[in-house]
Amino acid sequence: MVKPLSLVGQVVLYAAFAAFIGYFASHPKYRHLAPDRAMVKLSMSHFGARECRTRSAAELARLPPNMRAPLECKRERSPLRIEVELDGQTVYRDSIRPTGIARDGVAAVYRRFEVGAGTHRLAVRLNDDARVSGFTHMHEGAVELKPAQILVIDFNPDHGGLFFR
Amino acid sequence: MKSKVNLRTGVRAVFERAEDLFDAGFGGANNPLRHLGALGFLLFWIVAISGLYLYIVLDTGITQVYESVRALSSDPRAPGGILRSMHRYGADGFMLVMGLHLVREWAFGRSHGFRWYSWVSGVPLIWLAFASGIGGYWIPWDRLAQFSALATAEWLDWLPLFGGAISRNFASPGVLNDRFFTLLVFIHLGVPLLLLVALWAHVHRISRVDHFPRRRLAIGTGLTLLLLALIAPARLDAAADLSIVPAEVALDWFILFIHPLAYATSSATAWLFVAAVSVLLLVLPLLPHPARQPVARVSPANCNGCSRCFADCPYAAVVMEPHPDKPGHKLARVIPELCAGCGICAGACPSSTPFRSVEELVTGIDMPQQPVDALRRELAARLARLEAAPRAVVFGCTEAFDVRALEDARTCAISLLCTGMLPPSLVEYALRSGADGVLVTGCREGGCAFRLGNGWIGERLRGEREPHLRASVPAQRLRVLWADARDGERLRAGLAEFRRDLDALGDAHRPRSIVRRIVHHG
Repeated sequence: MVKPLSLVGQVVLYAAFAAFIGYFASHPKYRHLAPDRAMVKLSMSHFGARECRTRSAAELARLPPNMRAPLECKRERSPLRIEVELDGQTVYRDSIRPTGIARDGVAAVYRRFEVGAGTHRLAVRLNDDARVSGFTHMHEGAVELKPAQILVIDFNPDHGGLFFR
Repeated sequence: MKSKVNLRTGVRAVFERAEDLFDAGFGGANNPLRHLGALGFLLFWIVAISGLYLYIVLDTGITQVYESVRALSSDPRAPGGILRSMHRYGADGFMLVMGLHLVREWAFGRSHGFRWYSWVSGVPLIWLAFASGIGGYWIPWDRLAQFSALATAEWLDWLPLFGGAISRNFASPGVLNDRFFTLLVFIHLGVPLLLLVALWAHVHRISRVDHFPRRRLAIGTGLTLLLLALIAPARLDAAADLSIVPAEVALDWFILFIHPLAYATSSATAWLFVAAVSVLLLVLPLLPHPARQPVARVSPANCNGCSRCFADCPYAAVVMEPHPDKPGHKLARVIPELCAGCGICAGACPSSTPFRSVEELVTGIDMPQQPVDALRRELAARLARLEAAPRAVVFGCTEAFDVRALEDARTCAISLLCTGMLPPSLVEYALRSGADGVLVTGCREGGCAFRLGNGWIGERLRGEREPHLRASVPAQRLRVLWADARDGERLRAGLAEFRRDLDALGDAHRPRSIVRRIVHHG
């Protein structure tokens, strides 16, 4: 037989359990970004260039017929050298090594930069071929960012190289 | 070392105070703090069953999933909405109960010795529970899901294994497709299945697993979650939009706390935190701790193969094997690594009766540090020293209130390894050897330090379990009063009341005295 006082105690303790779970299941709210801020993300995944040379006709003739590829390339790929400039200030500069033990995989980068909402001047430069000095791809322009908006800097050779979205 | 001990004893004291509070409301058998593991199982099944329903009604496409969850949430008091809320709150409850279970077991010193396996096998459970919970938050694909998915991806990408490849999936709209839910299904169905297997591994080395709370506690917990689901239905944010940052989210702090930690510090710090906690938990059994109790010892000549020790051992440390010398008979064997040294097996052994007419009482299974023969001799010697009536014998447990503090001219007290090792016949023996009454005490109900000891002795004294106390023993001369180490005053008051009752009883219901006939062997 449950005593009335015990029953009241149980109700109180169950209520405390429910209140604890119910509160911390969604409170306090977590603010991830200040209300007047936006986000620029540098996100690209790209294969750097390989150092290749063209085989001569004599070299090709010495190879078995199924292996007569006109280009002979080193396995290792070039790293990606990237610079991001925001309103004239360099906010990112790095060289991204290709993945893989032989450094023959894709080079990927993901970085996020908090910026104030409003208009900004953004310039991105990329070099994906170590044999070339300077940059092989460049893109710049004015961007208008609303609060909490995300602007992504990406690279796709099929879309003309570097682009903002 | 000292501060660690102090911290642990301090935390233990907090738990004990809380248990006192819960005992007042729920009683020992239904005290949720003493059944956190069982509560965890209950909450797991609530989450699993509600989750199966949700999975059936979910439309698993990148845009359709949000619509199907919104349909469920549009009427949060309809069965679908209630189940969704119970699924979420059940998961939070599971995390809370798991955390309390972990801290309580540590505070009560249950991380080493024969318990090392249960402790270590519990660590992967924590990883799996969080992996499952975090993955679950991605499924509705609302703003909170978007935040958690990206935060997790950025955290994982810190590892040199991925190099930013995962975060790219959430970088901008149009990257994700329906295949995303193949991953989610793997995470949110596969991981809980692994969790279930890991739960089995966690408990399979103990017997009579407390895998479900008693009905009253189960109903109370289920109703609480149901009411919570009705009063505060689980939220659903706006649909995920990868072109904007979910700037403010109603975070579930039980499951998703790792995200703010990673953002407030760094991904490396968050990984360091996870690794440090995991390593600390895994090496805890290796740290210095009190020496183990000597393990039970079988006497093949006295073991009749009845299997009661096998049935009653809380840690499955006794196995029955074919007797090497008696064809068709079984013989108990103790697995030393699993033995807690509690002596419950000795209390279960029918050969532990002190009425056996042998000079040295050797039982089928016994504890070298406190053999039943020594108990019989100690009882006789102490009873002989009592000077005044009513003469009371108190059998207690070293893990509970130290009954030796009750000794005086009218009371002798014997502290056992566990009250469960008390052979019921020793109660009768005490009464027939001159005691006016016997008080049996030990850990509070549901709180036995060796899980089952006070339950078994209670059943044996009530005649519900073998070996049982004979019905001819007068119930008026026996009292059972469970008392933890902090229950001294209550136990003293109970003993005083027992003495008054014995005084009032006089010579009524007194069993006949023993005429001992010692047989000398050999």
